[in-house]
Amino acid sequence: MNHKIKSIIPQLLTLLFVVAVIGFFTINAQLNMDERGIDFGYGFLNQESSFDVQFSLIEYDGSHSYAKAYLVGLLNTILVSVLGIIFCTIIGVIIGIARLSPNYLIRNTAAWYVEFFRNVPLLLQIFFWYYAALRALPLPENTEPLFGVTYLTVKGYYIPRLIWENFDILIYSILAAIISIMFIRNYARKLQEEKGQQLPVLLISVGLLLAFPAITFVTGMVQLEVALPVLKQLSKTSFIYAEGLSVPPELLALVLALSLYTATFVAECVRAGVQGVSKGQKEAAASVGLTPNQILKLVIMPQALRIIIPPTTNQYLNLTKNSSLAAAIAYPDLVLVFAGTALMQTGRAIEIVSITMLTYLTLSLAISLLMNWYNKKIAIKEK
Amino acid sequence: MLRTLKTLMYLLTSVALLVSFETGAMAAKKSKTLKKTQKMGFVRCGVSQGLPGFSNADASGNWTGVDVDLCRAVAAATLGDSGKVKFFPLSAKERFTALTSGEIDVLSRNTTWTLSRDADIGLTFVGVNFYDGQGFMVRKSSGITSVNQFKAGVSACTNLGTTTELNMRDFFNSKGIKYEPVTFEKADEVVAAYDAGRCDTYTTDKSGLAAQRIKLSKPNDHIVLPETISKEPLGPVVRQGDAVWEDIVRWSLNVMIEAEEYGITSANADSMKSSDNPAVKRLVGAEGELGAAFGLDNDWSLRIIKQVGNYGESYKRNIADTGILPDRGPNQLWTKGGILYVPPAR
Repeated sequence: MNHKIKSIIPQLLTLLFVVAVIGFFTINAQLNMDERGIDFGYGFLNQESSFDVQFSLIEYDGSHSYAKAYLVGLLNTILVSVLGIIFCTIIGVIIGIARLSPNYLIRNTAAWYVEFFRNVPLLLQIFFWYYAALRALPLPENTEPLFGVTYLTVKGYYIPRLIWENFDILIYSILAAIISIMFIRNYARKLQEEKGQQLPVLLISVGLLLAFPAITFVTGMVQLEVALPVLKQLSKTSFIYAEGLSVPPELLALVLALSLYTATFVAECVRAGVQGVSKGQKEAAASVGLTPNQILKLVIMPQALRIIIPPTTNQYLNLTKNSSLAAAIAYPDLVLVFAGTALMQTGRAIEIVSITMLTYLTLSLAISLLMNWYNKKIAIKEK
Repeated sequence: MLRTLKTLMYLLTSVALLVSFETGAMAAKKSKTLKKTQKMGFVRCGVSQGLPGFSNADASGNWTGVDVDLCRAVAAATLGDSGKVKFFPLSAKERFTALTSGEIDVLSRNTTWTLSRDADIGLTFVGVNFYDGQGFMVRKSSGITSVNQFKAGVSACTNLGTTTELNMRDFFNSKGIKYEPVTFEKADEVVAAYDAGRCDTYTTDKSGLAAQRIKLSKPNDHIVLPETISKEPLGPVVRQGDAVWEDIVRWSLNVMIEAEEYGITSANADSMKSSDNPAVKRLVGAEGELGAAFGLDNDWSLRIIKQVGNYGESYKRNIADTGILPDRGPNQLWTKGGILYVPPAR
């Protein structure tokens, strides 16, 4: 009993302290806002925003509400984070493995890459890509096509636009493919456990993923048209590419900088992970007759991933939070659209900053949860 | 004898009480912000991060501009020295928060007076020190000579968090043109983006366009289109809730404008004390008790005129002589065909 109370008291005191601090700041803000005639409330979210955003994933213009503008900013933040995470993982894994290469040139190039990009501040790298690299691109009318149908210009990267008909059916077909792949994998595992036979699971999976959507095309359920970028004259010396899709240079610069920077950390995680698996494991696996591919897939990677995942989660979180540097180069992310323009137009600093902070917190927690779930899945299951 | 002494004492105490009551009333007249300013010894003034003609710092950190002069006028009136100003360069995004949170006491940063800003967010606009309107700048080579020649797909660079963003939408919407807004936080970034060809047009207040044009790599390759798409009355702003401070800032501006109207300049202000015109005498503190209303001495307005100059002097020094906008346009006195008209200081 006595022991119980002893352990509860410090916790109670901590709780009281936290409540008191929060209470103090709330009351302080309340008093000051009252004194200055500022009212508090989230009602403004329903008001018409009356400003436009350069780039949006959903339909939006100034006649929509501030809540919609928030959503536009949030989706743009998620877009740049997801792209950044995908690219930094790809680059990071390649560089990380390259650092372990027996080839002197490859190993050292990778090491230089890591040391260089890791040690230059991220904001500077964003500025470099945006102000130095992408600003040096030609104007639309002087641009030679890249890959035949895309144009990389100072005003953006113009790519063909895909116009789908019945896009949802395509999604369903892919979902169906994924579900059948899961069944086949289960079946393959059973087959191996019971009879020792092996199915070419990877080949079958790829085949299914291609076949299901292909069927929807062949039967004409889904149709696809491609709209190519066409040069359009706006004035005597000003051109753009219309019809196609335009990826703003701000997004390009941000994804480039974020993924190249974060990739160095991911590379180090990968290197540490692979090096963390003792040599004996590989030798033992080889001695029982596994092929090099199987060794990597069944012995090395499962153990390496356990070391790689937790620190890599941190890097993903960093990338997501660093994406807020977008505001420095006019990419309309959450900070620029909501904590920038919307805050300015409404003047509701406390409301908007609190929403923005909560949003980043939620995003980070979501990534954390996802990665923790994955980490648990691949952790050693002790029986 | 003792009784007389007692009566005398009584009288003296009551007089002392009365006097202290009187000064108490005087002190009550003083605003909290004024008290704080006098205690600190400088006026905290929010300005832009560099807009020639309005608020711009030179290489050695000296601020000049008409917005800067307004803060200097407030310092001259309240502290007796126009040099006692601490400048806070703020981005458009930071400016109102800096004011409402009490980091600065006057915001004099080419800020447009609108209803929602005035009424909604704890701010009070005290007047207009520059009548402006939004315009567009384009490359001469584009052949565009009017806003009616813009076509769908046009990209427009501008500042984040300004009325410009809203006007731009209204304008392009009314023309039915789809456009691409590219918004930066700092004016320098907007200029750089436009200069590099990222945008087809740069839009902001016309005075701003004229001032920023100088910063472009080849100023003569660019023109400001003739059309004005909005009203932009720019003026100083104070925090809500300190009516006396609000009055001090308002009348510091009004005195500068009225001094020009009566021909009082920094050079002749002292000699104007012997003027025959009572309005002039009031402005230079030779008649009336105008300062008392704010809890200031009677030379407050004289100091503004002597140390900062009248509005015309400030305009000439900062905007006309620097080649930004030699023509005063609407920012001329009402007696000379402009719209500068202030209530009488009496």
